[in-house]
Amino acid sequence: MTKGRWVLAGVALVVVVVLAAAGALVWHPALPAVAVPPANSFDRALVKKGQALAHLGDCASCHTASTGKPYAGGRALPTPFGTIYSSNITPSADTGIGKWSREAFVRAMREGVARDGSHLYPAFPYDHFTKAGDDDLAALYAYLMTLPAVEARPPANKLDWPYGQRSIVAAWDLLYLRKGPDTNGDRGRVLAEGLAHCGACHTPRNKLGAEDSARPYDGAWIEGWFAPPLNARSPAAQPWTADELFAYLRTGLAGRHAAAAGPMARVTREFAEAPEQDVRAIAAYFANLMAKAPAATNKLQPIDHADVAARASPIGSALFGGGCAQCHEAGAPMMQQGGPPLAWSTSLRLDTPNNTLQVLLHGLKSPAGASGPAMPGYAADFDDRELAALAAYLRARFTDLPPWPVDLRHAAEQVRKGANE
Amino acid sequence: MIALNVNGQSHDVDAEPDTPLLYVLRNDLALNGAKYGCGLGQCGSCTVLIDDRPVFSCLVPLAAVGARKVRTIEGLADKDGPGALPAAFEAEQAAQCGYCIAGMIMRAQALLERNPKPTEAELRRHMATNLCRCGTHMRILAAVRRAAKAMGGGVAEDTL
Repeated sequence: MTKGRWVLAGVALVVVVVLAAAGALVWHPALPAVAVPPANSFDRALVKKGQALAHLGDCASCHTASTGKPYAGGRALPTPFGTIYSSNITPSADTGIGKWSREAFVRAMREGVARDGSHLYPAFPYDHFTKAGDDDLAALYAYLMTLPAVEARPPANKLDWPYGQRSIVAAWDLLYLRKGPDTNGDRGRVLAEGLAHCGACHTPRNKLGAEDSARPYDGAWIEGWFAPPLNARSPAAQPWTADELFAYLRTGLAGRHAAAAGPMARVTREFAEAPEQDVRAIAAYFANLMAKAPAATNKLQPIDHADVAARASPIGSALFGGGCAQCHEAGAPMMQQGGPPLAWSTSLRLDTPNNTLQVLLHGLKSPAGASGPAMPGYAADFDDRELAALAAYLRARFTDLPPWPVDLRHAAEQVRKGANE
Repeated sequence: MIALNVNGQSHDVDAEPDTPLLYVLRNDLALNGAKYGCGLGQCGSCTVLIDDRPVFSCLVPLAAVGARKVRTIEGLADKDGPGALPAAFEAEQAAQCGYCIAGMIMRAQALLERNPKPTEAELRRHMATNLCRCGTHMRILAAVRRAAKAMGGGVAEDTL
């Protein structure tokens, strides 16, 4: 052979190796279908543990359609790449995961690959679930396989070109998937970064929809709300101690902060049924991450610039006096019962007014089963101009921060529009 | 003075802009149908319509009403009688103590004007905001169904 031919052969070999490596990333074998395991083949304690972990992971939120049966999927998840419909994770043989072995389930959670070998989209947060321990995954599997099987096929995804090709997810995995389990973390970290997938909402994402590893827990947009930072950038007025966080995560209300709202309200209702020690561990983990936040070192007295704010916005003051003071003014019954002053609200201290506007427009619901008052929404009471005036007044009265640097009327209009989608 | 349009009539009322609408309706305009219940937007006995949408009038500052049209239960009656909803509430004997009823009727009025043929689920979701301490909710729902039929619509019963 001439020298040229050797070079050609060498190049060919490299090409083959690269293609094979790419193929190995893209291609995963289908795992054998199993007969649907009978519910009584699972240990009851294991099932119970799995149920608690399913609450911790809030599986039901994404895997239940608004009018559907629990865990039967079909909920539309809007993404920048199109709409994905969640899958049915009940043990239905044909439309759910009834034919999945435990091995297939663990592979899906750790690698994002379905039983048939196709790639799952990262809207299913396997980049988090991969960190879960073997015991936790076995328990979750046991729980899901003992749910009532629901025959329900989710609608087909509506993705923009070229995202309909599932194989391209292999490239995403290569870039962003760090396969677990995480065996070196404490329980709080493993759960927060694993099954509870807190970063899925609280960490900003890059253009490929992956969490930005340089900005963990810096806060991010989710469903028209801004999920606040859970690190030293937390703008909270009062320190988030492990006990405060535990109360918040477990009951949806922290006495020195505020009530959970928006998508987080749903999470706290799930956490109420998760294992207590696990929720404590998560609370301790985030309290530590927020230990260097401004509030932790510089406690604020409740701020109340009532006179200054009233002079700056007489209309805001009138709206507050007739529509909010009944509960939120010092001395109101709710305040006497320990309701947190508005000065401790994180929503008023964020860089965006959207969370404040969301609560004003849509109100807050008491957690299921709780007897406390609910905040009514003011969508029919106030127009966008009035909402803007009220939001500006609240910011001026209850914080020392500069006015929100946005057109509040436009922001109110946008938030109101989002509600009608 | 602040100008108000209530039940099609203009009024000038001498009140501060942060006064809740309910106080003005009852104290200044002698429209005593809407009731003061909790005063906190929890019970709905003060419900009136502003531009066809139900609101807790105990939480609406006068400053927010402006030129919008307020309607109270007094506005449902005309020379021919009390209006379809109040008549249906009477026919079903839906009131026990009666304190919540004006609010219930106004909330139901908003629904039937917007959707003359709601489903049972829509009806229940819509009415869930207002509370009745006597527990006459089942008769209240029956009254709304009767009124829907009388108004030319109806409630689809099998959709729960």
